[in-house]
Amino acid sequence: MKTLRSVIDWLEDRTGVESAINHFLYEDVPASAGWHQVLGSVAMFAFLTQVFTGILLALNYAPTPGEAYDSLRYIVTELTAGQMIRGLHHWGASLMIIVVVLHMGQVFLWGAYKKPREATWMVGAVLLLVTLAYGLTGYLLPWDNRAYWGTVVTTQIAALPPVAGPYVLRLLGSDGGSIGAVTFARFYAAHVLLLPPLTMLLIAIHVFLVRRHGVTPIETDLLVPKKKFYPEQVFKDTVATFIWFAILVTMAIAVRVPLGHVADPTDTSYIPRPEWYFLFLFQMLKAFQGPLELVGAVILPTLAIVALFLAPFIDRGKAVRLRERTGAIALVVLAVLGWSALTARAIATTPPSTESADAGLAQVEAWQELPPDQLAAIGFFRKDNCGNCHALGKSGAGPDLTRAVSQRPADWLLQHFKQPAPNVSTQLKGSELRGLANFVTKRGDLAVKAWSGAPQAAVEGAMIYQANQCGACHKLNAVGMTTGPPLNGVADHHNREWLEGHFADPQKFSPGSTMPAYKLSSRDLDRLTSYIMEIPK
Amino acid sequence: MESTRRSFYSAVIAGLGALMTAALAAPAAAYLLFKPRSQKQSDYVPVADLSQIAVGKPEEVVFRRTRVDGWRVVNEKSTAWVVRKDDQHVVAFTPQCTHLGCAYHWDDKENNFLCPCHTSTFSIDGKVLSGPAPRPLDRYVTKIDQGKILIGSEILRA
Repeated sequence: MKTLRSVIDWLEDRTGVESAINHFLYEDVPASAGWHQVLGSVAMFAFLTQVFTGILLALNYAPTPGEAYDSLRYIVTELTAGQMIRGLHHWGASLMIIVVVLHMGQVFLWGAYKKPREATWMVGAVLLLVTLAYGLTGYLLPWDNRAYWGTVVTTQIAALPPVAGPYVLRLLGSDGGSIGAVTFARFYAAHVLLLPPLTMLLIAIHVFLVRRHGVTPIETDLLVPKKKFYPEQVFKDTVATFIWFAILVTMAIAVRVPLGHVADPTDTSYIPRPEWYFLFLFQMLKAFQGPLELVGAVILPTLAIVALFLAPFIDRGKAVRLRERTGAIALVVLAVLGWSALTARAIATTPPSTESADAGLAQVEAWQELPPDQLAAIGFFRKDNCGNCHALGKSGAGPDLTRAVSQRPADWLLQHFKQPAPNVSTQLKGSELRGLANFVTKRGDLAVKAWSGAPQAAVEGAMIYQANQCGACHKLNAVGMTTGPPLNGVADHHNREWLEGHFADPQKFSPGSTMPAYKLSSRDLDRLTSYIMEIPK
Repeated sequence: MESTRRSFYSAVIAGLGALMTAALAAPAAAYLLFKPRSQKQSDYVPVADLSQIAVGKPEEVVFRRTRVDGWRVVNEKSTAWVVRKDDQHVVAFTPQCTHLGCAYHWDDKENNFLCPCHTSTFSIDGKVLSGPAPRPLDRYVTKIDQGKILIGSEILRA
């Protein structure tokens, strides 16, 4: 204890750190200070949490398009607690915006922005914008479809202002409106290099100003002695911060952060939508069409920001008691109602996403990666009940084919498949026999994994795929020719209706296509379409 | 009374503060210190025919292998020093000296492996003969299948 004291004394003598902390903690606050003033501290803690989790993410993140997605996927699927860290950062961003807005609302309702605290308010208003800028720039960084298409809309809005538009677009690295490596670099640099130091500087100024003018007193405070910041107010701040943090941790554990498919600029079916706190703007824009679009997208938001920024000069009344601030209360209620109505309408009118929110996190099953000829061979194996003698994974009347590949010569196998036992014959035809012979002699570990578990519908789909020789033009799971487009991930571009229609009349759906029409039975059509749609990119 | 309240406040501040710090530090430590659970396993790759390698004469083999590197799967050139002990047994040494990772080579005249950086020498079975190397040469896991030498991705350290 004595040594500790002497170390602290030495530190105090050389640096003054102890008296600085004491000066900070034993600051006078008005007697009326209390629970309604905890939100500023919570916002600061929220920011620090974002910095912490953001640095952790950056330690395993490659900030270039494409690789960004792979590295994020690596973080959430392969690293211990990676899902948790991303959850803390993602939900932390949303919860930080809530806290910052609540903090502003409290200051507004209590009239705490009035003389002499106008500058504190104005710095706070800039901090709100900075917080939203984090949201906008961070939205692109996962580089999935949601990120990509959401940012396409953002940059298009930024391009709207006359004269300045093209320059703003160029500044965002989106010359001509396309989003690519330069846009990504700009957004990333803004998110991690530009905004954090700016935020720290603004927070420092903000806190300095709060200290300079003191916490806003109410009339009765003049008659009673002041309190110290520590411990009572620090206690209240800590409890509030803890409640906020408990909500955050619960969300990070319980609510999975979406990760869709990797950004695909050619995807025409994806419906972009912004993060929930920007949905009201998105909805409002729908009301402003044609030349009015500029009003809704640029002029109104700018006016709102200017009004917010200049609030202390617009409202110069003396009233600070909550009971006398009916106008302010009405304004806040109106804003909350308007925001909620627009947000609710936006949610109600946007069609559900064509892509599952967790598409990028889905575990790919072995059969989904197996080339179609091998999956079809599993079908031939099943079709003629080969498993009766060749039990998978255990010894039966015939050898267990999952243990080792067959060493029999091809002609022996073909004969065996036609007539596996005396008086037993099968229905397999020429190409099926060859496919099965190929399979049992050449199959790899992936096929063993897929063998018993592959769903029958998919296996049938693969058999139809083989029977119609789709592989003569298309590549699927790295097998087949490239005359036609590769089929992996086709479900990301086309829906079921399109694919089924396309089989019957290819030219109608993609003009100029050289693909012949296929007249398939409705059952075969259904099986084949389902199979192809389930093979991921 | 006042002092009880003050110490209650201080205790709650310290307690909740410690709890929040721990709740952030624990996942951070796991995230940074635990090994990634790799979903992709690298396979054995054939590097040479057994008949190409003479017994007792180390041979540097060059092969391409797929390696999981964080979120990437890279296909890259790789080398190993293969020593055939007899008909059925081969050893494949990783091509770096166990001292500081320099590339070593087989010295025909001296009949040992020589690392040019700090003159560590190793015998044909990888044991340290001289120099600063702290342990014998590291080995790849190997197997022989139908006359081909296959090298796996796992590295065995003595």
